[in-house]
Amino acid sequence: MAPRSIAQLAQDLRARRVSARELAQQSLSMARSLSGLNAFITLDESAIEKAIPKVDHVLAGIPFAHKDIFCTNGIRTTCASRMLEHFVPPYDATVVEKLAAFGAVSIGKTNMDEFAMGSSNENSFFGPVKNPWDSTRVPGGSSGGSAAAVAAGIVAFATGTDTGGSIRQPAAFCGVTGLKPSYGRVSRWGMIAFASSLDCGGVIARSAEDCAHVFAAMAGHDPRDATSADCGVDEYVAALSTTLKGIRIGLARNYFGAGVEDGVASAVHESLRELEKLGAILVDIDLPNAALAIPAYYVIAPAEASSNLARYDGVRYGYRCANPASLDDLYTRSRTEALGAEVKRRILVGTYALSAGYYDAFYLRAQKARRLIANDFANAFKSVDLIAGPTTPTVAFKLGEKSDPLAMYAADVNTVAVNLAGLPAISLPAGFSQRLPVGLQLIAPMFAEARLLNAGYQLQQSTDFHLRTPEVAA
Amino acid sequence: MSEWQPVIGLEIHAQLNTASKLFSGASTTYGAEPNTHASAVDAALPGTLPVPNRAVLEKAIRFGLAIDATIASKSIFARKNYFYPDLPKGYQISQYELPIVSNGTLNVRTDDGRTIDVAVQRAHLEEDAGKSLHDAFDSATGIDLNRAGTPLLEIVSAPVLHSAQDAVAYMRTMHTLVRWLGICDGNMQEGSFRCDANVSIRPAGASRLGTRTEIKNVNSFRFVEKAIEYEIERQIRALENGDTIVQETRLYDAAHHRTRPMRSKEDADDYRYFPDPDLPPLTVSMADIDAVRDAMPELPDARRRRYVEQLGLPGIDATQLCADKTTSDYFETLHAANPADAKTCANWILGELAAALNAEDLSIGQSRVSPPSLATLIARTRDGTISNKTAKDVFAAMWAGDGDADTIIAARGLREISDDGALTSAIEAVVAEFPGQVAEFRAGNDKLLQFFVGQSMKRLRGQGNPQRLNALLREKLNS
Repeated sequence: MAPRSIAQLAQDLRARRVSARELAQQSLSMARSLSGLNAFITLDESAIEKAIPKVDHVLAGIPFAHKDIFCTNGIRTTCASRMLEHFVPPYDATVVEKLAAFGAVSIGKTNMDEFAMGSSNENSFFGPVKNPWDSTRVPGGSSGGSAAAVAAGIVAFATGTDTGGSIRQPAAFCGVTGLKPSYGRVSRWGMIAFASSLDCGGVIARSAEDCAHVFAAMAGHDPRDATSADCGVDEYVAALSTTLKGIRIGLARNYFGAGVEDGVASAVHESLRELEKLGAILVDIDLPNAALAIPAYYVIAPAEASSNLARYDGVRYGYRCANPASLDDLYTRSRTEALGAEVKRRILVGTYALSAGYYDAFYLRAQKARRLIANDFANAFKSVDLIAGPTTPTVAFKLGEKSDPLAMYAADVNTVAVNLAGLPAISLPAGFSQRLPVGLQLIAPMFAEARLLNAGYQLQQSTDFHLRTPEVAA
Repeated sequence: MSEWQPVIGLEIHAQLNTASKLFSGASTTYGAEPNTHASAVDAALPGTLPVPNRAVLEKAIRFGLAIDATIASKSIFARKNYFYPDLPKGYQISQYELPIVSNGTLNVRTDDGRTIDVAVQRAHLEEDAGKSLHDAFDSATGIDLNRAGTPLLEIVSAPVLHSAQDAVAYMRTMHTLVRWLGICDGNMQEGSFRCDANVSIRPAGASRLGTRTEIKNVNSFRFVEKAIEYEIERQIRALENGDTIVQETRLYDAAHHRTRPMRSKEDADDYRYFPDPDLPPLTVSMADIDAVRDAMPELPDARRRRYVEQLGLPGIDATQLCADKTTSDYFETLHAANPADAKTCANWILGELAAALNAEDLSIGQSRVSPPSLATLIARTRDGTISNKTAKDVFAAMWAGDGDADTIIAARGLREISDDGALTSAIEAVVAEFPGQVAEFRAGNDKLLQFFVGQSMKRLRGQGNPQRLNALLREKLNS
């Protein structure tokens, strides 16, 4: 049986065919029975009592989950780190507040890579998440728990964050739809920072339509975030039905270059042909500086992270080592004992990149590369409406397969440039390769999320990949 | 001493007197229970973000205009990264490459009467750290975050000062200015106005700067002077002994009037400054600047010049009146009510009022006699209602809380008698009573005039207008 969309669940609730409590109960019991996926860090049993829709909204009573990077008042928020294993925030993130205001029912906090640093979800203090399509494979990261929970049918949608692909890549690996909004579109207040100039809150759901409902509730200006965009939001749901006739979609050669698996390439081409049938015009474009994206990203993101994570010092909250002998010992051992290897690696890289004598060679050069990449996109969008390519060069890889950090970083090749440019992008289920899901990435100009959701919705009207579910979901 | 030239630059931290902090809504009130004025942002809880308090902008612009500086249309907040327990985020938000104010000048009058133009290289916005309380607990350090995030304006002078005395004169002038502008309360005990001094020496006539040391956080004018003096002498002694100066940070030890090393440059942190990605550039429009300029108060220097050139006040009076804005504004009120008598107004403030304030150790803002009340009293001496001598008694009564000038004059019957009829009848009575003395006077004993004045005054119960009484007496006796 095909999973029910948010709109269908909302209809069922309105018609009293099911109650919000029952939905929350089903979600929680499914989360427990699928605990082998390790998709959750914390389940909130009180969700059942809280599941009393007080508002008339399509999200009212719909069970969902928050990535454990969003602060939830009174519910521990760990960022998948030993550092914050027992941290209970005294406030809600803006995203948490907004979704709660519309009556959506959070059943818990999903697993992720520690501090959102990773592409496989293997960097969690709480253990890796398994891919619901193949439990020997990774779900992607860092929002792996969110993608797995949606793919397995535990929740209708889940929040995620995307700093270099952390929504789109796990969405692709798990066969679900993931929207990374424009930088500044979704408030970062209460969203634990990894790299502030790149971090974007977004949504993972089954379909573009479901994403539109959730995104409409999440988006908008927030005075508590100085980088929040102070511009109006669009009618995302109404825009879904717009025709794709005449829409120009750019194909960048480098997104289909070496390293892209044949099965991935052919599935993506199949989806692009489908878009052509819907009236889209495919155009070749050039993004000459695309190769700069990975090196620039892996300087800027660690540089910001090295500073953002300095607050985890064992002084005010979070993990503190036992019996520190001195202040330096308190700092050193608290951080050594409570931060994982990948987090430490990035703090070291970032500290180095910002150091006197290296700043110009690394941080400033990376910022220049960032501008070139943004200019490439701006030039391309003079002649096309969207840019398309595979979300990832491969399907989900095996747990433990990538032990070399550089090989892991290369998995982000198609996603990080979008973050550097601040653009919105979506990953859509585009078929299968080796019986594993493939993702199609569409990129839009700044704040044109409506166009992404529209294209995704139209594609999903003529394909059914988004309705396929892994066996565990049955 | 003469073959060495000291070179001094000051970094002054002026706490901007906003109600809330630079990046959070927490209160900036001093002296509250520890950590009661610390929000989630100030404690750097995960997920919190800074939002700039626009109120600091207006104050920084006001300062920039006052020193004729460039106001940046776009300034950038940067992170200064270092670990310290009272620095919650592990970095301080400051401004580095693009400060809000740059290239200003402060006109300073030195104690020995010279005027120097001190170049102010920059003034940037930054947040203060919290406080470590080392004595509050046994074997543990307490952290108070009430001060964390308080807005500071760090004002950096060029290294253009050449003596401890000039450095202090600059600091005093700056202290007057920030209070005058209403951007800082100037309270040095509470740390609202503090100073680091960079000191080096070089052979007189040399153009290259010597190696400098930085003296940290000296919180009184006297200590700044002592610390710089000590440091200059220490450096001269070292160089003359063939030693070299180490670039280092030194602490002033007030108990022994000396400086001692805190850390050398080799141990200095690499602060890894970079633009804060949580904060977009701070933008200031021409309209913002114009709005502040339109509301700018007359500055102390301009006011002093006006007092001398237009009101004819002696320079020393003008300087004293312009020592702070409250005093000067007090004078403005008196003078507005008594425009023809600037000197009398100045005399009242610098004489009678200052003495009364000193006696009770009050500041002029705490005066028991308000400017409009004193203005009325001065007016009553001008219009002949009371004499200057009586006015001093009336002032004392006003100070004691007996009411305003007119009430006291009426209640105590102090109004001067200027009416010729009343004065003449008193004079005639005296002339009739003392015929012998009248004869003596008329025979040439001029000294007796005072006797007749005294006797007449007695009949008038001291309220006769002395000038008029004198004139009428002479007229009567000489007729």
